[in-house]
Amino acid sequence: MSPRRISGIVLRQLYLMRGSPTRVLPTFAWIAIDIVLWGFITRWLNQVSHAGMDFVPSLLGAVLLWDFFTRVMQGVTTAFFEDLWSRNFLNVFATPLSISEYVSGLVIISVMTSSIGLLIMLVLASSIFGLSFLAYGLLLLPFLLVLFLFGIALGIVASGIVLRFGPASEWLVWPLPALLSPFAGVFYPLSTLPMWMQWVGHLLPPSYVFTGMRAIVAGQAVAWSDLAIGIALAIFEVALSGWFFSRVYHHAVNSGLLARYSAESVS
Amino acid sequence: MIETPDSNISRRVLVVEKLCKQYRDRLAVDNISFDVRPHEIVGLLGPNGAGKTTTINMILGVLKPTAGSIQIENFDVARQRRRALASTNFAAVYAPLPGNLTVAQNLHYFGLIYDVRGLRERIEVLLEQFDLRRFRDTKCGLLSSGEQTRVTLAKAVLNQPQLLLLDEPTASLDPATAQDVRGMIRRIASEGSGGILWTSHNMYEVQEVCHRVLFLHRGKILLQGDPKTLPEEHGVATLDELFIRLAREPLRQPAEHA
Repeated sequence: MSPRRISGIVLRQLYLMRGSPTRVLPTFAWIAIDIVLWGFITRWLNQVSHAGMDFVPSLLGAVLLWDFFTRVMQGVTTAFFEDLWSRNFLNVFATPLSISEYVSGLVIISVMTSSIGLLIMLVLASSIFGLSFLAYGLLLLPFLLVLFLFGIALGIVASGIVLRFGPASEWLVWPLPALLSPFAGVFYPLSTLPMWMQWVGHLLPPSYVFTGMRAIVAGQAVAWSDLAIGIALAIFEVALSGWFFSRVYHHAVNSGLLARYSAESVS
Repeated sequence: MIETPDSNISRRVLVVEKLCKQYRDRLAVDNISFDVRPHEIVGLLGPNGAGKTTTINMILGVLKPTAGSIQIENFDVARQRRRALASTNFAAVYAPLPGNLTVAQNLHYFGLIYDVRGLRERIEVLLEQFDLRRFRDTKCGLLSSGEQTRVTLAKAVLNQPQLLLLDEPTASLDPATAQDVRGMIRRIASEGSGGILWTSHNMYEVQEVCHRVLFLHRGKILLQGDPKTLPEEHGVATLDELFIRLAREPLRQPAEHA
């Protein structure tokens, strides 16, 4: 892999952000609104609840971690969509750039944008609503790692779906995190779900993060073996997503889909 | 005056052999073979749907051939894609550069992807060569068609390619701008060390620029030769007439011309 070629993909996105505030705003605007909204909801729940339970670390913490995952995924897909929207596929894929270099560039962009989003969420949640991430201790790192890896995997799969089914399938991609959230047990234990949904949930690495997070909040020990399964699953799914994207790319090259993305007609 | 390529030279920048592309129900390219030599501008002509763009897409590695081989500078596009495409570049009317980046940003972005050494200096040379200095910080989407074509051409020669593919580079340009662009392309061919494969529907410009033309129809090469002498050899007055006759009555052409 050539770091120079990868830097070209990254630089393109940085140029776009530098020249367009409307691209910078979504990196933190929606997640900031989410934190404020859920922050007030948790504050209200704390007031009306007679159980004496603090909803801040469980609910607001869950919202923050889920938003981080969403940002990571959208960091990959939005960078990919920039090439789709500007009909740039032919210019990009008719170069010596390899698929792994291209995807690496998308991932680096996602790391940068999601880190900014995470920082803003942490500042808002701790300064306004008193959410302390120290409560999660060092476990915050594996939590973020699992969510980051799964966000990358889902972002790559979503990009592959659009490459395979065309620009119109973009609308399938945006609601993907919302579609998965009931299965991942973001706000409730997986045991709340019907059995078939629990099985799906066990295949989603974030479910291990939220189970662990709830254990910490409840003052219980975190099952390290479960977290290890989450990490291993996330790594496996990143590899699987890379394989999927590569398959879709080769299908697009074979069938003429890739060429058709730019040429108005294939003669 | 066109500088003619050295016919004795053995080096070939592009070698296409027995190339085929079969879609489910249609044979888009049917067993074609040709080559391009250094300093040579080869015109790929044919009516819409003849297989020109399909051929160019296969050479660029964005479309997989059903059969046959493509070698660029002796590197096989299928097996040595990266090395083959490192010495290739292209400009096509349907592949504009991202309009939301400035001219300089686009050249920098693609320069990194093509791993161009001394990139900053190279960009300065190209801005000068293609008269783009005053548009350096202008977004490409705001440029006129002619200016955008010049930027696309600047990108196409960023890596000093040995094989330059131009798919209707002067389509949508006014006659004066088209003439300027033709002049630039001729200079690229004569001053550089590579060859050019060019598609166009403008027979006047093909006759003015190309050293050799290939007539494609329904995926086959019907005939090839010097665009200045071909019309007379086939009993018509102009290349335009020959084009029209081949497009309408391809089967009446004698096979030995192919």
